[in-house]
Amino acid sequence: MTAGMERDPDRAYGGPRTVRPTTTTERRAEVFVGLLFIATILAALGLIVSYIIGANTQVDGVLLAVAFAGLGGAIVVWVQYLMHTPTMIEARHPIQPNPAADVSPGQVAMREAESGFTRRRMLIGMLFASVGGLVTAIAVPLFSLGPLPGRALFVTKWKKGSRVVDVNGNLVHASQIPINGIMTVFPEGAPGDAMSQTVLLNVGPGLLQLPADRASWAPQGFVAYSKLCTHAGCPVGLFRATEHDLMCPCHQSTFDVLDGAQVTFGPAPRPLPQLPIQLQPDGTFVALGGFPEPVGPAFWNQTSGGGA
Amino acid sequence: MTGPGPAPGDNRVFHVEGEPVPRDADAIEGDALPVPGGQLPVVGPAVRFLDNRTGLVTFGRSALEKVFPDHWTFLLGEIAAFSFIVLLITGTYLTLFFRPDGTTTIYTGPYAPLDGTKMSAAFSSVLALSFSVEGGLLARQAHHWAALLFIAAIVTHLTRIFLTGAFRRPRELNWVIGFTLLLLALAEGITGYSLPDDLLSGTGLRIIYSIIMAIPFLGPWIASLLFGGLFPTTAIISRLFIVHVLLLPGALIGLISVHLLFVWIQKHTQYKIPGATEHNVIGLSLWPGQAFRSIGAFLLTAAVIALLGGLFEINPVWIYGPYVPYAAAVPAQPDYYVGWLEGLVRMAPNWQLTLFGITILPEPFIPGLVVPGVLFTVLWIWPFIEAFITGDRREHNLLDWPWEAPWRAATGAAFATIFLVLLLEGANDVLAAWLLIPVENLTQFFRIMVFAGPVIAWIVTYRLARARLEHGTKPIEPRGGIALRRNATGGFEEVHDRAAVDAALGGGGPK
Ligand code: FES
Repeated sequence: MTAGMERDPDRAYGGPRTVRPTTTTERRAEVFVGLLFIATILAALGLIVSYIIGANTQVDGVLLAVAFAGLGGAIVVWVQYLMHTPTMIEARHPIQPNPAADVSPGQVAMREAESGFTRRRMLIGMLFASVGGLVTAIAVPLFSLGPLPGRALFVTKWKKGSRVVDVNGNLVHASQIPINGIMTVFPEGAPGDAMSQTVLLNVGPGLLQLPADRASWAPQGFVAYSKLCTHAGCPVGLFRATEHDLMCPCHQSTFDVLDGAQVTFGPAPRPLPQLPIQLQPDGTFVALGGFPEPVGPAFWNQTSGGGA
Repeated sequence: MTGPGPAPGDNRVFHVEGEPVPRDADAIEGDALPVPGGQLPVVGPAVRFLDNRTGLVTFGRSALEKVFPDHWTFLLGEIAAFSFIVLLITGTYLTLFFRPDGTTTIYTGPYAPLDGTKMSAAFSSVLALSFSVEGGLLARQAHHWAALLFIAAIVTHLTRIFLTGAFRRPRELNWVIGFTLLLLALAEGITGYSLPDDLLSGTGLRIIYSIIMAIPFLGPWIASLLFGGLFPTTAIISRLFIVHVLLLPGALIGLISVHLLFVWIQKHTQYKIPGATEHNVIGLSLWPGQAFRSIGAFLLTAAVIALLGGLFEINPVWIYGPYVPYAAAVPAQPDYYVGWLEGLVRMAPNWQLTLFGITILPEPFIPGLVVPGVLFTVLWIWPFIEAFITGDRREHNLLDWPWEAPWRAATGAAFATIFLVLLLEGANDVLAAWLLIPVENLTQFFRIMVFAGPVIAWIVTYRLARARLEHGTKPIEPRGGIALRRNATGGFEEVHDRAAVDAALGGGGPK
């Protein structure tokens, strides 16, 4: 320890105070502290007035900040310049177990044995079994928090013959979607349904390179894909017309619209499922069936068809 | 070394465990709390009353004299505690107006652009408290800013503890508790962000649902239990609410109490300042020096939060609009404390393992849960890992300067680099737009940097720390080591002559 710093804490705390004249610094500090207190009082009054006349957030925020800062600043300046707070040294006592209160495993075991607790093995076993049973029984109602997912993850509202509507439930007409146009569509009767959200795009004739078995799914360059990103379920809403790709705003998974929504970039593990659609003579669309595979993000038995 | 008993000349009351504390109801009043300038008439009887019933004065007196080291880095933990208090106060005010209700209503209110829009009652109540409640928007924005400050203060506090080795025996457990507090704070942030049910928070919940759903075998079921069915559900808002305002704050308050109790029992660590040893604590006594400074610091923290809340708009949910499952938010940015997780999910390759029609590891599972779990577990039990590697199991009350343990500093820098790269990747779309680089290239770059960055950071930090260690506390280059002088032709030339430099700088050499 440095000799100069050694000080008896008690005397540093309660000992006789040296009375000496106030210095100029201290006098300045006193004035400053006073001004800060006044600032707090004025800001507090201002807040009350502002409440009565209904001022705005900015004014309230500044007044509140001034009120806090005035009080806080005053206290800090006070303690820093006007109070005698000497540096003190406190001894650190080693942290060690108290031998008088021995709770060594041996002693605990001895006490247990003395009390006769450990002798009744059978009852102890039943004690644990009953506690376990009670805890389980209390926990079981947690299952009513939510239904088993069942087949809900495997199906959407799209069926064979579903007519294609927009978010307001109005039938979608081919003339509403120009070339390189995109629209979010739903099956009739379920506009806005999260699982059934679908994008209907018009890429123009002759560009699509779909697998042969899907040739009839995209009439005249109109193609429909699930809008639910196969990564984490965000709506895949960005169509970059020049590249002909759909991009997810969440983590930039990119799907090639011309090539069956194959993933060209990003974390999505599989293409967006394609909805088979048919163009009616009146210019509206119907689904030729539901999505051929589950929509949305991956889960363990997604490719199993739901065990059904 | 100081023994267990009082040092000669030390007449404080030492409380040795096992010995009864002598206590005399009449006598104790006089010398319990020596107040300079005489006994205050109110305090004296009150203290005696309390002491006769609790015997707490001995403790109270030693508490007032407890010594707190005086270094600015010790303020970081305090700022975290102060922001937490502000969070409790502003949060309570918000609960008076917020309705944790996911059912659909039609909005009619002062915010014209959304008039007549379908939205949840929760979102509608957020609009109401933002636009129609006096001080409501201020409280909401202050709450959000305080949350950002809370987490930032915890992270910097933990960084300080890490770099100075303050977590070493006997304080390993308090590191674990402190890191758990960070996890709870992150959970508070995420649940709170989700409550308003705006477009961004709903999108965030959608991603969380998907990450849970990707847990092997049990995922869909756990997600359905937690959310009350298939996403989107009306139940989730009220469930998140009770977690956000009761369970997590309760856990935080409980653990903060234990955290502070441990600091109290084990006393503060201290830097290697003159006079500091392993067996003492040098600093200010709690009363009044430290207490006044802390109260002042609390009020100044509150002032900063009030100013931010009043002047700097944050999370303007009315611009995002209510959550609609088929509407995309671009660019979707979470708060910074989730940004690294977002980056991890963004940069992950789209591999998943499928065997016999069973997807063993569905996609966002590894980046969404496994990698964060591993990173956090390593940091969480770091004191034990370090003790295992170094074999150092002695008690440490004196802090290392960061460069005194180059290996540790380098490891800390490597971790920081990982999180920084992930954070940047979490904003890759915004960065790509600024830098005019395709977002794909940026992601490829960060994919490399998340591995290369920590290695580089480790080596550089290690070298710097070694250099600092070997040069002691002397500056690495003497002052004026590189000096330029204008020459006759108007160009500059380097001056190597030390004396000439000193002369040019005004004579007397370094001051
Ligand atoms: S949700 Fe679409 S990329 Fe992640």
